[in-house]
Amino acid sequence: MDALRLYGRYTAVSIRSQLAYPGSFLMMSFGQFLVTVIEFVGVWALFQRFGHIQGWRVGEVALFYGLASVIFSVADAVTRGFDIFGSVFVKTGNFDRLLLRPRTTALQLLGYELRLTRIGRLAQGLIVFSIGVHMTGFSWTPASAALLAWALAGGTALFSGLFICQATLAFWTVESLEAMNVLTYGGEAAAEYPLDVYARWFRDFLIFVVPIAAVTYFPLVAAMGRTDPLGTPAWALPLTPLAGFAFLALSLWIWGFGVRRYTSTGS
Amino acid sequence: MPQILVEGLAKTYRVAERDPGTWGAVRGLVRRRWRTIEALKGVDFSLEAGELLGFIGPNGAGKSTTIKILSGILQPSEGRCEVGGLTPWRDRIRHVARIGVVFGQRTQLWWDLPVIEGFDLLRDIYSVPPDRYRRTRDELVGLMRLEKLLDQPVRQLSLGQRMRCEIAAAMLHEPSILFLDEPTIGLDAPSKLAVRDFVRVLNKERGVTVILTTHDMHDIEALAERVIVIGNGTILADSPFETLRQGVLAERRMFIDFEADAPDLAGLDLAGVTVHGRDGRALELAFDPRVIAAPQLISRITAAHSVADIHVDEPAIEEVIARFYDLHGAGEA
Repeated sequence: MDALRLYGRYTAVSIRSQLAYPGSFLMMSFGQFLVTVIEFVGVWALFQRFGHIQGWRVGEVALFYGLASVIFSVADAVTRGFDIFGSVFVKTGNFDRLLLRPRTTALQLLGYELRLTRIGRLAQGLIVFSIGVHMTGFSWTPASAALLAWALAGGTALFSGLFICQATLAFWTVESLEAMNVLTYGGEAAAEYPLDVYARWFRDFLIFVVPIAAVTYFPLVAAMGRTDPLGTPAWALPLTPLAGFAFLALSLWIWGFGVRRYTSTGS
Repeated sequence: MPQILVEGLAKTYRVAERDPGTWGAVRGLVRRRWRTIEALKGVDFSLEAGELLGFIGPNGAGKSTTIKILSGILQPSEGRCEVGGLTPWRDRIRHVARIGVVFGQRTQLWWDLPVIEGFDLLRDIYSVPPDRYRRTRDELVGLMRLEKLLDQPVRQLSLGQRMRCEIAAAMLHEPSILFLDEPTIGLDAPSKLAVRDFVRVLNKERGVTVILTTHDMHDIEALAERVIVIGNGTILADSPFETLRQGVLAERRMFIDFEADAPDLAGLDLAGVTVHGRDGRALELAFDPRVIAAPQLISRITAAHSVADIHVDEPAIEEVIARFYDLHGAGEA
């Protein structure tokens, strides 16, 4: 509880210091918005040409696309401290300072910055999702709304876990490993389309290795009231976002190894 | 039971050896050769609550390794270390709640935030109860005269102003032990004095245990009753500073201004005296007071020559320390 309060304080401080430069904030946010909107325009053009992909129409894809974008923007905004971890904390030895404070290192890094400019991408995701809602006649019920919120929570946990894994590697490599972008940015891109458009091995990867489908595809299929063309039983669909939290827990456990390595070698 | 107990503390690092040049770096990716560095080779000491310990040694001697272990951010390879009954690296969170740490070269405040907001954030990080926080903060602000600095962003402060804020920040949660790592580095003279005064007050009036590492021997002279000299990973000396000075460099200096040009003293019986410098009428002698006492030396010289002025001094503390490192082969590698 105390930790949550402290997180709130960190966040307030971070927001204030970002708003100290309002011009830069507005430009960056708008830039984020523009870049991602143009991306979706490309998807739109594709469907104009082909009509549908494996029975999914553009409105439905907009729902997947929007959800993935919203999840990613939230996770990307809260895990900024892990994103820049290697260059800002390991290379400089500033990680020492975190170890000198009576709080977990993960909490302090989460509190490092709430990146407000990700609001641009968040807005894009919400707009695309609304377009999808409009085109498919998505029915808002307490159940479907709760499912979406649950998917958002699980998804944020999952992507945060990925960013934490990326940061953990920096204990060994010092610089953040750009190769991890395949999983973070690449994972988000993969989640923008329904799972069954992919080959079997890639589907398995997205379900069992890095369970991105578990926080986007399955809960959204349930929220749309559809049956899963892949044959997942209806009762199982709403449970899948749990995998996101399991992934986060695993990532934090691995993070602990990184911290121990740091304290035994002194960076 | 001492507050800090260190026994047989050893730390070895394994570092990858790299051949020079780009090609060497590439080869290092494939096959690595490791070299073991013994940063600490068995360090023992203990410290009672309320002591003020100066910790000195050349670069690379093992000072910062020891401080890092004591503050809980580094695990030793061997040995025991207890601070207030806790093992720092094992009980990190409980341990660091009871210590304060100031690094002269790094800030613990938030660069873009006004000082007071950084203080408030530290209150929440350390979970200091509001009324106790207000009392401690106001005391520290008064003591360090920070009133005018509180509303300024940290990045706008001068180094001296910042260091005063840093020490206050480290004391907000009322730690019983304060680690100061080169707190006066780069400061101007008035700021150095202010920092020393503050540390003295914390130690003498509040009973805070202080461990101070520094290269500025005047810090040590002004503050530390006890000095540990570390070199090549072992403790070379652990004694009051005066004892160290007398043991290493008993020599004194005598500065004489003659009425005429400084004479050649070869004719006088001056065993244990060497000429250290000569400039016109001024002469600087080095002498060993155990061989010839200052009054004796003065009377022999004044008997033979007319003298305008004399004063006796001790050699500069830097010289004492440099001589000490030389004696132990502990000069910077």
